[in-house]
Amino acid sequence: MTKFIIIMLSAVFINNYVLSRFLGICPFLGVSKKLNQATGMSLAVIFVMLIATAVTWPIQTYLLDPNNLGYLQTIVFILVIASLVQLVEIILKKYIPSLHKSLGVYLPLITTNCAVLGVTILNIDEGYTFAESMVNSLGSGLGFFLAMVMFSGVRSKLDNADIPKAFQGLPITLVAASITSLSFLGFSGVVENLFA
Amino acid sequence: MNKRQNLLKGIIKENPVLVLVLGTCPTLAVTTNVMSALGMGAAATIVLLCSNMVISALRNIIPDKVRIPCYIVLIAGFVTMVQMLVKAFAPALDEALGIYLPLIVVNCIILGRAEMFANKNNVIDSAIDAVGMGAGFTLALLLMATIREVLGNGTWMGIEIPILSDNNISIMTMAPGGFLVFGILIAIINKISGGKNAKKSFGCAGCPSAEACNKASCGEKEEAK
Repeated sequence: MTKFIIIMLSAVFINNYVLSRFLGICPFLGVSKKLNQATGMSLAVIFVMLIATAVTWPIQTYLLDPNNLGYLQTIVFILVIASLVQLVEIILKKYIPSLHKSLGVYLPLITTNCAVLGVTILNIDEGYTFAESMVNSLGSGLGFFLAMVMFSGVRSKLDNADIPKAFQGLPITLVAASITSLSFLGFSGVVENLFA
Repeated sequence: MNKRQNLLKGIIKENPVLVLVLGTCPTLAVTTNVMSALGMGAAATIVLLCSNMVISALRNIIPDKVRIPCYIVLIAGFVTMVQMLVKAFAPALDEALGIYLPLIVVNCIILGRAEMFANKNNVIDSAIDAVGMGAGFTLALLLMATIREVLGNGTWMGIEIPILSDNNISIMTMAPGGFLVFGILIAIINKISGGKNAKKSFGCAGCPSAEACNKASCGEKEEAK
């Protein structure tokens, strides 16, 4: 149980996908302008991360590894994720239209989101078991959610600030991201000491 | 557009990282030192060159409706090849790039050039475009990595720099330094280019695959309407 808590906490705070691993920067910068969009996007990411892990982990363990096809990992994973996203979109549209209405628009964006491919590959690289992989994916998704929501708050303040012309737009957003990420550095070492 | 302009546009006028703001994830992640930045630049350039040439050669064969999945499969194939080569001949680089090597698959620059250039132009022009864009990507990574390694570690490609190595600002090689250096570099570019790019929106609007995915999903574009 302790191991699950450690994996979860490190995925959310210490190895935060956006702020310390730099995965999923595009949606982090692009969709974080409004809180509701940031929430929708992050929920869709959590959702896709979980199902992508649930599908790719068994594929790697029971299909690729026993047949010495481990080198096909990248190509298989991206295909699985891309088709999975399409499939989920179709299913949601047909059976749960209300959920599709809130998450659906973000789903196509996720195919080329490096955070999703990243989490599936990292689960294999770290040698996690199935349960650990799922916990890691959930943690990573929650970490993404936390970063997105926090940052959309920071950005709403930026709108009213008087910013030098050269810094307007992307540069000031990156500087703000830098400070947000600085605050996450404070978490490093917390988990190790918590359970030492 | 002649061949020389085609080659040079990727390096300066349409630099994929500093002007078009594509491929931000590897830009921020691997620029902690110069060696891994160069390795990443080279790996991405090779993938870009191969994928641009093949996609351009197949541009009349690939059906328009399924072009994005086709491109992704082609790109993933080339990335796998590069991954195997790097693992075999440069294990140290493989260690340094880690997860970011397979993640070249989802690098917007590569899919973006396929979508914006290779599927409209012939093989030679696409190859030149790939070399230019690859060089622009590598140079931008090199610039970022130089700033971060010199300030953060006091070294350049492992060579110690006298005064700086005793007074390193280690935050520069950590995550916040990456965002900060990138932000300031883009601000400088904006200043030099007279603010022409200052108002250019980013995220989905700057993302070449925005055409491919549902446009309504892009926050920036929604506001523009």
